[in-house]
Amino acid sequence: MTCAAPTGDADSATDGGTATAEWDELVGAALLGRERRALPGGSGPALLVLAAVRTVRGRAGLTPAAATGAPEPAGADPRPPLPRAAALRLTHLVRYALRSTAARGWNTTGGDLAALAPEWLEIANEQGYRPPPWQIPELLDAARHRTDLRAAVLTFAGPRGLWLAALRPEWRFALRAAPAGTATAASGSGQPGSKGSDGSDGPDGADRAERQRRLWEEGLFAERVGALTALRAADPEAGRELLVSTWSQERAEDRLMFLDALREELYPGDEPFLEAALTDRGRTVRATAAELLSVLPGSALAGRMAVRAGACVALDRTGAYSTDTLVVEPPPECDAAMTRDGVVAKPPQGRGERSWWLTQVVEAASLGRWSAHLGGRTPEEIVALPVADDWRDDLHAAWSRAAVHQRDAAWARALLGPPDAPVAEAADRAATLLSLMPPADRTAWATGFISAKGLTDAYRVLADCPTPWPPPLAKAVMGGFHAALRRGASHPNHYSGVLGLAQQHLDPAVGRALLSVLIPEADRAVEVEAEAAEKARREAAAAAGDASQPAPRRGGGPTRGEQWAAAFRQLADTLELREVMRAELETRPAR
Amino acid sequence: MTGEQVRWSAEQVLGLAPDAASRKAGIKLSAPGPWSGAARRGDSLWGLCKGSGSKPYMTAVDLADTAVPGYKCSCPSRKFPCKHALGLLLLWAQDSAGTAVVSGPEPPEWAEKWLAGRRQRAEAGAASGAGAPPVDEKAARKRAERRSQRIADGASELERRLGDLVDGGLAGAERLGYAAWNDMAARMVDAQAPGLAARVRELAAIPSSGPGWPSRMLTECALLHLLVRAYPRVDELPDSLAATVRSRVGVPVDSAALIAEHSGAGTLVRDHWLVLAMKDTQEERLTVRRIWLRGRREGRTAMLLSFGAAQRTPELALPPGSEFDADLAIYPGGGQLRATIATHHGPLASSGATPPGTTLAAALAEYGGALAEDPWLSSRPVVLAAVTPIPGERGATDDPVTAGDTGWRLADTEGAAVPLRCSGEKSYWRLAAASGGAPVTVFGEIGADGFRPHTVWSDGEAVEL
Repeated sequence: MTCAAPTGDADSATDGGTATAEWDELVGAALLGRERRALPGGSGPALLVLAAVRTVRGRAGLTPAAATGAPEPAGADPRPPLPRAAALRLTHLVRYALRSTAARGWNTTGGDLAALAPEWLEIANEQGYRPPPWQIPELLDAARHRTDLRAAVLTFAGPRGLWLAALRPEWRFALRAAPAGTATAASGSGQPGSKGSDGSDGPDGADRAERQRRLWEEGLFAERVGALTALRAADPEAGRELLVSTWSQERAEDRLMFLDALREELYPGDEPFLEAALTDRGRTVRATAAELLSVLPGSALAGRMAVRAGACVALDRTGAYSTDTLVVEPPPECDAAMTRDGVVAKPPQGRGERSWWLTQVVEAASLGRWSAHLGGRTPEEIVALPVADDWRDDLHAAWSRAAVHQRDAAWARALLGPPDAPVAEAADRAATLLSLMPPADRTAWATGFISAKGLTDAYRVLADCPTPWPPPLAKAVMGGFHAALRRGASHPNHYSGVLGLAQQHLDPAVGRALLSVLIPEADRAVEVEAEAAEKARREAAAAAGDASQPAPRRGGGPTRGEQWAAAFRQLADTLELREVMRAELETRPAR
Repeated sequence: MTGEQVRWSAEQVLGLAPDAASRKAGIKLSAPGPWSGAARRGDSLWGLCKGSGSKPYMTAVDLADTAVPGYKCSCPSRKFPCKHALGLLLLWAQDSAGTAVVSGPEPPEWAEKWLAGRRQRAEAGAASGAGAPPVDEKAARKRAERRSQRIADGASELERRLGDLVDGGLAGAERLGYAAWNDMAARMVDAQAPGLAARVRELAAIPSSGPGWPSRMLTECALLHLLVRAYPRVDELPDSLAATVRSRVGVPVDSAALIAEHSGAGTLVRDHWLVLAMKDTQEERLTVRRIWLRGRREGRTAMLLSFGAAQRTPELALPPGSEFDADLAIYPGGGQLRATIATHHGPLASSGATPPGTTLAAALAEYGGALAEDPWLSSRPVVLAAVTPIPGERGATDDPVTAGDTGWRLADTEGAAVPLRCSGEKSYWRLAAASGGAPVTVFGEIGADGFRPHTVWSDGEAVEL
């Protein structure tokens, strides 16, 4: 039993209790000393000899204790192991790129691993590899800090990750956040202490419902939101009923957050509950309920708003205009019914109250009702109509917000217009509208936008484009860099956002071909700068009448051309790293 | 030892890095971007690395001795090897296409000069080792006698002090404070007994090591007392035990003489040595590196020691999971299994082998048996086959000395278990993750307070803990 005792060198299995008592006697005597205790052996030195004998004898006779409390083994992970080179890359990623909480932007030295982590995880999961088991603790730590990568990391960590998470409180979050049905289901009996099953009926299903209810009633706020979201995803009706069951006892700020959690996906059955929430005590709760109703297809509120909007916006019937024109008559007042439907009466500072009411009404009105109201016109035709009296901007902005809330791609496309149209504040609004369109349309629009307007406002437009950028978009972006290089005053740090996107989204082969033109161009710019500097030096020297005058010291730091050359090389390095990284992951393991 | 160098693995290169920062910097420099003229010929590797200044750094690596590569770089870094050397090695290690590091050209003058100088020195060293002029044996014996006398004086002083300590009661040790122990340790250093000095310093830390300290204090005092009493009679002891006492006291053994002696007697041990673990510890401004090996043919376990002063990494670098063919010279005093490399017969290669192991009961019995040769042994290196870590209830603490029992256990398939003692919380979880609740092969040290794991084999890969 020796080994079981932390200090217990000296007790051995063979003479058990007696040996322990003997040793304790020695320790007690040694602690007190000769004056207070008769020392075994008669003196200090003699006691030390006895102690040495006891120690060595005890150690020589050590035997192990009996094992108890072993955890259930983890469930099998059928995925193949990572190829060797990819496993090494993962070590680097885990050590240096997955630690920091913030995703970093453009970094000017060496290929930037942190920017590549999301892509690495995506490919690894796509290819269905499993990580080396010993690295899973670090992956769980990474998932804990990087909420942006959490789902991908946990999928990658697989059943062994969940097995570990159940053993350590710091990793419990992984059990809550587990991607439903994937790793949990695969782990089967792998979780210690639970006979996990993914079935929702039978005793296990009932068990789960009970657990969910307990978590809802006793959990911390974040856990409750998690439980609600999970249940909503599995069974929307049950999720709403769970919320309704405690609704009247929740605090106003919690009611707001729970309501917000429904936003993900709304169902017609939610309407009565939301209608009731329009009279909630909390102002923000009321506003959110109205907002949700306005995007719930066919809701009574959206219909009421459409009627109001229709009364405000109509085709001119007076014949005052030579072509069909929209005339706008904003609501004369904000009545109780409007307030109940979520219209905020008091405008923000600097905003006329009638235009404020108008935009709120239009924003909440169902977009699908406009066509019938305006003579069967398509969204394109409606957007193209002239608007009388300077109401165009307000009206279009309201429609844009409505398109975003109602996720209406046809209206989004109409409102975006052609990418090269010179519209004010386009980049900002465009980015949100763009996100509603199918990926191919998105990249095509972004390509046109950048070709026409350069990179200055490109970041938000590009941020939502899917990876990899198709060649025309890649060409447009690199053309933008080329133009910036040739244009006098621009430095690469003005474009750090776009450069950061380029290193993540460019297809490496396409990027390399484009950079093979840009890098020599930047090098030439450096030469030109050097020649100009030399010429200036000579002229200065001639003016001073002394040809041997040394070159004026250049102000510290690299020149503009050098900065561009470095930025392009950095981009090339990162693309190369990405290509290597992908090749490593795409090699099928030899087995 | 010459001829074409087998391409290193990146893990092998990273094992050379003196610290985490260097490792990271090295990885950054392992892309072809900053390098120009990177090339290799035979055992030599060189290249120019663009830094922040206008002149690139000139970096060269000599791989002639696989276990102890040589590095040269014109950068001002005091790290050794510097990030440029690491970057160059990584560049080569990962360049399977052979495009980033060109093979075969003549080295440029700056590299050639350094490489040639280095090889000359190495040959001169080897020559002087082999055909060393006969030393003045009489003077040497006299020096040894003088030293022996000083140690004996120091030992008997320490013996007296330990006896007095117990006579006065160990409770007094708590009030004694570090200064008194430090004085005593300094006395032992003066007496040329660094082994005794180290043990005295360890005693100083025990009273503040938490509950149960009197028991630990008595154990250590008793063992130290046994050692200082043994030293004056060392000549009467059997050879092996005498050698153990000398080494425990701190009498150095000249490794060159040891190699010469063994090769003269034909007692060098040749085998394919699998590297089980490599661990660094900080001891008094010195980095001590222990490398444990296991002979594939004979199953013998051996330990190599290497030291690095100040900021430097110990030169010997053998990553766990690699393997090499070499003659070893075994030190006398077998309990500690210390050895030194006499001759390499081939380059370091990575090995996919998981070593065979034993059970907990057998491992403890082996430790017990080794105590006959060395009663001061606190643990014994051993490979355990089919063992499973059992997580503790109380979580893991990071300090191995003050840590009480964390509750973690290591169990074998015979239903036996011992306390598991890792040097940090991370290691416990890494081991648990590698096992997943199923039996794994683990290398570590087993002793009176449990098992300290160093390496686990996971998916056929040696993973450091």
